[in-house]
Amino acid sequence: MSITFLLNGETVQVRDEPPTRTLLDWLRENRRLTGTKEGCNEGDCGACTVMVSDEGGHRALNACILFLPQLAGKAVRTVEGISGPNGELHPVQQAMIDHHGAQCGFCTPGFIVSMATAHLNGRTDHDDQLAGNLCRCTGYAPIVRAARAAEGAPVPEWLAPPIFGPEISSGGAAEPRGADSPPAPFQPATTDEFARWYVDHPDATLIAGATDVGLWVTKGMRDLGQTAFLGGIADLRGIEVTDTAIRIGAGTTLSALLPAMADHHPDLAEMIRRYGSVQVRNAATLGGNIANGSPIGDGPPALIALGATLHLRRGDERRDLPLEDFFIDYGKQDRAPGEFVEAVSIPRQDDRLKCYKISKRFDQDISALCGCFNLRIADGQVVEARIAFGGMAGTPKRARAVEQALTGQPWGAEAVAGAWDAWATDFTPLSDMRASAAYRLDAARGLLTRYLLEDLGAATRVLEVRA
Amino acid sequence: MKDERSPDPAARALPHDAARLHVTGSARYVDDIPVPADCLHVAFGTATVAHGAITAMDLDAVRAAPGVVAVLTAGDLPFANDVSPSVHDEPLLADGSVHYVGQPIFAVIATSHLAARRAAALGKIAYDERPAILSIDAALAADSRFEDGPRIYSKGDCDSAIAGAPLVLEGRIEIGGQEHFYLEGQAALALPQEGGDMTVHSSTQHPTEIQHKVAEALGLPMHAVRVETRRMGGGFGGKESQGNALAVICAVAARATGRPCKMRYDRDDDMVITGKRHDFRISYRVGHDAEGRILGLEFIQYARCGWAQDLSLPVADRAMLHADNAYLLNHVRIESHRLKTNTQSATAFRGFGGPQGMVGIERVLDHLAHAVGRDPLAVRRLNFYASAPAASGDGGLSAPPASGLPPEDILRPKMAEEPQEDLTSRGAGAQVSAEGDVAAASGGGQTTPYHMPVTDFILHEMVDRLVESSDYEARCAAVAAWNRDNPVLKRGIALTPVKFGISFTLTHLNQAGALVHVYQDGSIHMNHGGTEMGQGLFQKVAQVAAARFGVDVGAVKITATDTGKVPNTSATAASSGSDLNGMAVQAACDTIRDRMADLLAGLHQADPASVVFSGGEVRVADARYGFAEAAALCYQNRVSLSSTGFYATPDISWDRIAGRGRPFYYFAYGAAVTEVVIDTLTGENRILRADLLHDAGASLNPALDIGQIEGGYVQGAGWLTTEELVWDDKGRLRTHAPSTYKIPACSDRPDVFIVALWDAANRADTVYRSKAVGEPPLMLGISAFLALSQAVAACGESYPDLHAPATAEQVLRAVQRVQA
Repeated sequence: MSITFLLNGETVQVRDEPPTRTLLDWLRENRRLTGTKEGCNEGDCGACTVMVSDEGGHRALNACILFLPQLAGKAVRTVEGISGPNGELHPVQQAMIDHHGAQCGFCTPGFIVSMATAHLNGRTDHDDQLAGNLCRCTGYAPIVRAARAAEGAPVPEWLAPPIFGPEISSGGAAEPRGADSPPAPFQPATTDEFARWYVDHPDATLIAGATDVGLWVTKGMRDLGQTAFLGGIADLRGIEVTDTAIRIGAGTTLSALLPAMADHHPDLAEMIRRYGSVQVRNAATLGGNIANGSPIGDGPPALIALGATLHLRRGDERRDLPLEDFFIDYGKQDRAPGEFVEAVSIPRQDDRLKCYKISKRFDQDISALCGCFNLRIADGQVVEARIAFGGMAGTPKRARAVEQALTGQPWGAEAVAGAWDAWATDFTPLSDMRASAAYRLDAARGLLTRYLLEDLGAATRVLEVRA
Repeated sequence: MKDERSPDPAARALPHDAARLHVTGSARYVDDIPVPADCLHVAFGTATVAHGAITAMDLDAVRAAPGVVAVLTAGDLPFANDVSPSVHDEPLLADGSVHYVGQPIFAVIATSHLAARRAAALGKIAYDERPAILSIDAALAADSRFEDGPRIYSKGDCDSAIAGAPLVLEGRIEIGGQEHFYLEGQAALALPQEGGDMTVHSSTQHPTEIQHKVAEALGLPMHAVRVETRRMGGGFGGKESQGNALAVICAVAARATGRPCKMRYDRDDDMVITGKRHDFRISYRVGHDAEGRILGLEFIQYARCGWAQDLSLPVADRAMLHADNAYLLNHVRIESHRLKTNTQSATAFRGFGGPQGMVGIERVLDHLAHAVGRDPLAVRRLNFYASAPAASGDGGLSAPPASGLPPEDILRPKMAEEPQEDLTSRGAGAQVSAEGDVAAASGGGQTTPYHMPVTDFILHEMVDRLVESSDYEARCAAVAAWNRDNPVLKRGIALTPVKFGISFTLTHLNQAGALVHVYQDGSIHMNHGGTEMGQGLFQKVAQVAAARFGVDVGAVKITATDTGKVPNTSATAASSGSDLNGMAVQAACDTIRDRMADLLAGLHQADPASVVFSGGEVRVADARYGFAEAAALCYQNRVSLSSTGFYATPDISWDRIAGRGRPFYYFAYGAAVTEVVIDTLTGENRILRADLLHDAGASLNPALDIGQIEGGYVQGAGWLTTEELVWDDKGRLRTHAPSTYKIPACSDRPDVFIVALWDAANRADTVYRSKAVGEPPLMLGISAFLALSQAVAACGESYPDLHAPATAEQVLRAVQRVQA
């Protein structure tokens, strides 16, 4: 394996590393760049945050679940590269000193990189920009004060573009390998190229953002065998809006999806804002969120409630199916060997979607349950109901009995009450560390009430209340 | 806040000494220290059952795994197999039986961290499983406990007082534990030295204990082991004893291989292996009058201590010592059960039991106010201790000092035992009862349930100011109005006080040492026994040193804590860091300064007392020397410019068995108002605003103190809201990573967050009249929990009976109870 990228402005070529070597381990162990810290080794705490830049812009990413092949042709900047060549401090660094934003200092490099990236991107929504950086000492107040103080400062010249150069070839070439080495990763540049290859390598592990697969390595300590890195496939990304549908390429990151949804389905955009963190959304793809079949992914319930169609592809064969039909059972999806998710389409519609994500913590938490409601009301009657939940079954699942109980009823408290028993028909949730079965069912019922009360104009959102 | 340019360098809001290193990523933690190329890495193989005998161990696959150099089991350990900070009940590697899921059984030594982890997962252990005791109820049923029975502290006649009271209220609260989640996991590095000596770098709050345990494990005297700690990436109590295992196994592995050995826990391993805050159940029975005045109160505290004793006895003691918080209890009985369970051995965590005890009494006040239908703040104030008269002329406490036994007398009976107890541990001397002369209740004045006079109570004044600054009354009215108008979202507001006792309750730990050198160029090297974990101790103490010499703080070099420089240190714990080490450094500096003054006064025929150290100069008679010039002059005149310093907190003594004495030198105070909103359909909840007023005495560094207060509040509020530890019925911790265990994130801090210092001098004679600030602010977070209780109470008539942590699920349950 050979990968070339820019590291703090210097061209580096990585050879003789397994494809699942994480950037974090490589930085700390091979380069002795120990400013980037390991806090959790699963992409939750942000202590390992690095800035990765390419033609798409500058993104904060978690280095602990970032495999080296994902960096091919990109520019990486660590905390050591945030300050200037002669030790000049970046404005966010100076502000963090001035506002006492570091106590033990261990999370600080990750915060600095997140803050510098947000600063470069002109972002001032600090709570969101920093949701993926945990601090146990400060209570965050001085960090946000520092971020605000640095808002107006000019970008230091050493971070000014271009910070990645055309001399960096995109992609890495496969090398002859020794008998003990893991197979060289496949790094296709087009969907067609990938589709043909995957038919012949149906057991390969597909890696897009690695926000899930990364943990198979760092926590599960699994060998992934043959890998394919999909991040270089430009035509697998992108959002196309026509008169009839919004088609989202499987390689589209959640970060790219968020602003695109804001116009069409703002509540889905709001839910995506709470999906993972900036670092996770910058890596995670919608295709991955669907294809891994998790019962607690937040994308599928919303898409199912919107009546989305899944586009699958195997070689040159394509087929479409309603997204809910893709999820057969826990751990089992309707996907043939060599077949992959190419895109998902949402039919254009008037926005009636509400997405309710219930978790222990608002930001960067996996849902205990996630309820997405899309009810059409005409002349005071429910004429169509699409309700889908995550966290309530072994798969993302529609609440068909509830939908049926509501459909045709006058839209009001009686309809909600009339659906009471149907919830238990639809769902027999589990108790786990996120919530009990009883709570999940009670909260799901409460969310239908919330949907009604929102229609009636009552205040129902704790996140919108201000002191 | 005091100005950064304040003339007194001991009171400036200067940044943390390592701030520039922090923000540039160049601050070094244990895993960042460059190591020789042949360094090896260690990982533990751990138990997968909660209780059982090991019947077979197949480690062939472990030994055969790539990169493995050696595998160690209990039988391979050359000397002591123990990492307990107290009663030698915690084997480093399981010796025949396992007592919780996650207990280390064997250690893999390999060429990389990843290779060691991967190999450790390959061990095959067979067990003869035994019934596991996981819960408080199961432990009570099995009478599984530490100590032979409950500890009981009492004052007055609680049974008669309750029996005679017009009204009686009973209740119970479950209080969850808390994972420390220091961002830097546990880590240690052992470097073998000539002649079998060992140098250890450890991320620890207690280098002396690491030294002691490593020496014991290597069969060496303590002088052969040197432990260095530059900084930790957070501690919070979780690195008081929990780093022992890593340091000891690294030292043993380094001895066995002759190569440097390093270990750090992966986050999941860290959470599964190490102890956490004790979860508690507290039941209460209170006799009261119609106004809410407490006439008699009985608490029964149940602490789930886990499988080994660790520091559980003093933790549970401190919970008892904070069962009064700010309230005068004339007839009170506190019974404390320390239960032994097959779970991680619960350990120190910021507040050390105090927060749990305080939640108990604040819950009583909340319940009581609900029962009598009065404003909770009014009921709280009704029960407050009386205001203490202003400080007397000398500024000291007005209570007569107690005359306890000298520590050496207390400890002598223990010295003969083998293996030797770590006397510097809070777990030491657990059964010792000081005889005779502990302080008795003074004739006049109000006393705590442990018979200590409260002579510095300032919460009446603090609450007055906070009520005004937070606009408490108008906001209570606004909350009530909101709750009338909104069917789904309900608000709540609560004001709670904090009174926290400062000193180690094991009296002899209240000592500290320092070592200060002045070099001939006027630069100053400062060292003391305290450790830096982010709290800014080093900066504060450097400011003290700079103030003593009248130089800029930049002249003071802060150096790593090192058992070779200052011996026999106590853990940096109990909020004591700057109180103890600041005084020790001050003493060392003053010794040197006095020698310098003597010399210069002699040269100028002046009185040494007239020599002034200020502004980087030394002035004597009409002469002015630069500090460096004065130092050089002293050197040339053969004056020693190096000194140790020592401090022992005066006037304290404590009998933990009888529950009598003066365990604390003084109290630190605070008060907080928190406003919250809840969703009655789902139980989701948020903190909207917090106003904190905290007593740090005459602050040594207002910026650092405010940092402790803000951070402590958020950590305390997190403990009582989103931070839920969940074990399954096999005793497996299900919340073993940040993906499942949720500490507060950025947006969880209050939208409006107003923090102020109550800036008045400590009445006790502490360093520059400052107060300890590490732990007390955590308990300001209790106001968030009780604000949630208030919001739930707005949903109906009955009492919410909210349990902690108040997750969305708990809040919804409470709403359902109130609405039922």
